[in-house]
Amino acid sequence: MSTRIGVVTFPGTLDDRDALRAVRIAGAEPVSLWHRDKSLKQVDAVVLPGGFSYGDYLRAGAISRFSPIMELIIAGAKEGLPVLGICNGFQVLTESHLLPGAMLRNNHLHFICRDQKLRVENANTAWTCDYTAGDEISIPLKNIDGRYTADERTLDQLEAEGRVAFRYVGMNPNGSLRDIAGITNEAGNVVGLMPHPEHAVEPLVGTGRTDGLGFFTSILKRLISA
Amino acid sequence: MTLDTVKHAEQTPDTPLPWAELGLKPDEYERIVEILGRRPTGAELAMYSVMWSEHCSYKSSKVHLKQFGEKAPQSDAMLVGIGENAGVVDVGQGYAVTFKVESHNHPSYVEPYQGAATGVGGIVRDILAMGARPVAVMDPLRFGAADHPDTKRVLPGVVAGIGGYGNCLGLPNIGGEVVFDSCYQGNPLVNALCVGVMKHEDIHLAKASGTGNKVILYGARTGGDGIGGVSVLASETFEAAGDSASGRGKTAKRPAVQVGDPFQEKLLIECTLEIFREKLVVGIQDLGGAGLSCATSELASAGSGGMRVELDTVPLRDATLSPEEILMSESQERMCAVVEPQHVNRFMEICEKWDVIATVIGEVTDGDRLEIFWHGEQIVDVPPRTVAHEGPVYQRPYARPEWQDTLQADDAAKLPRPASGDELRAAVLRLIGSPNQASKAWVTDQYDRFVLGNTVLSQPEDAGLIRIDEESGLGVAVATDGNGRYAKLDPYTGAQLALAEAYRNVAATGARPLAVTDCLNFGSPEDPSAMWQFAEACRGLADGCLALGTPVTGGNVSFYNQTGDVAIHPTPVVGVLGVIDDVTRRTPIAFAEEGQLIYLLGETREEFGGSAWSQVEHDHLGGLPPAVDLEREKLLAEILIAGSRDGMIDAAHDLSDGGLVQALVESCLKGGKGARIVIPDTASDSGSAAGDPFVTLFSESAGRAVVAVPRSEELRFTDMCGARGLPATRIGVIDGDALAVQGEFTIPLDELREVFEGALPALLG
Amino acid sequence: MARVVVDVMLKPEILDPQGQAVQRALPRLGFDGISGVRQGKRFELEVEGPVDEAALTRIHTMAETFLANTVIEDFIVKVES
Repeated sequence: MSTRIGVVTFPGTLDDRDALRAVRIAGAEPVSLWHRDKSLKQVDAVVLPGGFSYGDYLRAGAISRFSPIMELIIAGAKEGLPVLGICNGFQVLTESHLLPGAMLRNNHLHFICRDQKLRVENANTAWTCDYTAGDEISIPLKNIDGRYTADERTLDQLEAEGRVAFRYVGMNPNGSLRDIAGITNEAGNVVGLMPHPEHAVEPLVGTGRTDGLGFFTSILKRLISA
Repeated sequence: MTLDTVKHAEQTPDTPLPWAELGLKPDEYERIVEILGRRPTGAELAMYSVMWSEHCSYKSSKVHLKQFGEKAPQSDAMLVGIGENAGVVDVGQGYAVTFKVESHNHPSYVEPYQGAATGVGGIVRDILAMGARPVAVMDPLRFGAADHPDTKRVLPGVVAGIGGYGNCLGLPNIGGEVVFDSCYQGNPLVNALCVGVMKHEDIHLAKASGTGNKVILYGARTGGDGIGGVSVLASETFEAAGDSASGRGKTAKRPAVQVGDPFQEKLLIECTLEIFREKLVVGIQDLGGAGLSCATSELASAGSGGMRVELDTVPLRDATLSPEEILMSESQERMCAVVEPQHVNRFMEICEKWDVIATVIGEVTDGDRLEIFWHGEQIVDVPPRTVAHEGPVYQRPYARPEWQDTLQADDAAKLPRPASGDELRAAVLRLIGSPNQASKAWVTDQYDRFVLGNTVLSQPEDAGLIRIDEESGLGVAVATDGNGRYAKLDPYTGAQLALAEAYRNVAATGARPLAVTDCLNFGSPEDPSAMWQFAEACRGLADGCLALGTPVTGGNVSFYNQTGDVAIHPTPVVGVLGVIDDVTRRTPIAFAEEGQLIYLLGETREEFGGSAWSQVEHDHLGGLPPAVDLEREKLLAEILIAGSRDGMIDAAHDLSDGGLVQALVESCLKGGKGARIVIPDTASDSGSAAGDPFVTLFSESAGRAVVAVPRSEELRFTDMCGARGLPATRIGVIDGDALAVQGEFTIPLDELREVFEGALPALLG
Repeated sequence: MARVVVDVMLKPEILDPQGQAVQRALPRLGFDGISGVRQGKRFELEVEGPVDEAALTRIHTMAETFLANTVIEDFIVKVES
């Protein structure tokens, strides 16, 4: 049986088709999930893609968090269901308290779209195990509310437990504390990051690099070996 | 207060109406009375006044725009031509592409963020209404001087508005332009282009047919957006005149600024596409300028029957709106569909799924009138064609301005030129560090260019290029260009240069140019000089399109871009769409491989009229623009496309403003590789300028490009150029980490990058 | 109908670049003497029925779980007459 990876569409989600394509290119079976769905359709993992769900009104991710499908995902994640939150998906994960901290307006106040260099700090999570710790990858970054913040105690704890999964390299594009680009939960099944691996899975489009494909091959490897 | 019904209008023929305040001329008002056989009601007057405005009726431009149809080249690619929401072009494999550029100039000056945002929203709905999924946007922008304080107000707002709206819709922004010139001070140009893709069988048109079919308004609620002009109908003057067309009396003036909600538009797009997939609509129209007045009259006018609308069923955001205001409201994110009765339930279900409000507001009748009712009383009874398609047409007087000769006599050839290598070096740095020639990343990095995962090329490439079929690799390229300085010197040639540049830019990526859209930005049509510029530009563009075989599929005219007597430079912005069978064959601008040979294609002459150099170094505008040779442009395009397809060139960059040196700097910086350049000597066939480093580097002769050729392909490439008769001159090699012009100067890439990329951030913060 | 207002502000320790941008603009516009600006959100809730203790408790919960993100924001609930 093939590995089924769900991609959730909220009203205002934008990168759902890109995430479905990335799942397909990595060799898994992409499954569309709708925010009002009351079932996870037997998926083995879930991607919360980027976009402006509910227009990012109130706060990015704040309204989506209360969708019916999020109840299932929150419950599932606590039981070990692998969940990857990209950009707006990361914001949904922090609003859901599956991951600590929050995202604020970029320190320069502009939307920024660029190729961003990251360092993979933790290659043990469900979504990074196909990388090696210390790998530097370049994938697109595009957001206006991307400044990661958390209180000092939380940040120290994240560092101590190796839960900073990705750090910006070269330049910090938005003022994120400790250059944090992405984090994981303690169990390593829930990962969130601001940059977009799903836009870097084909040599011709997007950045022209395939540095993001590893996220999707990682989860496939993890699920198959499980 | 009494409602101004049709019956009431018949009974009170002598009631004075504020037609002049609504912008109608005496003879126009008389014609309305003649058409109706009575005085119009307040609601009818509102509809006619807005639909007969310059913006909606094209009354001053129509006689000139006709040429785009009359002179249109024979093209099998054209599926839907001028007159619909947007033209549609066949790109093969069963796909059709629709694209159009529109202006949102004045609103963007008043409120830059919302003006620019709603400009994006409007053009995207135009494309959606054709049945297509919008897949990319781009924005040709023009602002006042870069260091003017008002530019610092307008530009960041416009850019944030385009980004805020477009990014939230999930449409990659793949190109466009940013130009500064003091002539646009107070009259910035904010043009917006959208591209959409569909299968041939999915093309939809704006027409209401089939008696008994339902008219459904869906999307946002209707509020008081953008009806400042019509509020005169509720003004004291009108009340004092002894009538109440509006029924609302002395209220505050409604806001003239429309506010966009991109989230609502995203839902509207997905909802509409799902409705198309299930084939639930007979006709569809977006609501843009003139709102419901436009949508209902155009749908009814293009259809076979009449239409009856119950205006009080329209969902409102503001319950105090009068019927006239509801008809005029330009609230964003609304669409109007004509649906067979048996499909209405399913239509409503899909709207419910996407949280989109949908209301049956009327139906198609077997009559030939557009009839609108307000709580059962009839307030509009008109022949819809007279509102939508048979408005006034003017032959505005036009005359070549008397200053044109003086301007053209002020030849740029007399300007002092750099005389040494050091002076050339300094001139290069000043050129690429000038606001118009510097990197536009400060702007374009605020736009999402990656979303949808099909962007193959985007800014700063010559054209945006997107894949439309993942299996076959079919793609389309779009470029927009316009040069107001050239057009000021000679509007006929200027329009053709804009066309030629966009055409060349598309071909430089390896795509075959197919069709044209245009946004014609000019001063007042009531000024014979501006009207002459417009007439000449239309003539030039129509002749050019015929010569290149690329028909105009649609576009937009924006007049009255002037403050007092001072108009902007005439600015025809031309968008060209091309097709590429396999996007893996695309050609980028970057010099990426050391050792590859750099060839200059085309001929270089001494042409500095309207050039970037004359502006940057001498603040000069005079003489004649570069000469146009459209046969040469076609040949150059064929070579670029063949070179791309057959793997003979690895990089290509068109030469336009800033000339050869600008292109070299951009290609070097994009690829992170230097170049060693040798100025061709006089024995070569590269044109009259050969041997002169200044002319070779800075001239803006048209019909040229620079390409990078792998050594293994050199013979094959030069043979092809020789056989086809295109001058191709080897001018250097990709090498090192500097731009070195032998015997003249060397500039390290780091220095070039700092100047090129640092200029706009330094100005805009 | 009574109105309850919920003011949501970033916590004092959280950087507020929007507020800072406003503050930087003030002297340019000729408004001196402002040493700090922070930008927040105001929610005006039209409440059906009486604004009693139970209603306020519900609104408090709403603010805590939804209107504000207490990781970064504080909130105040006020009853307007």
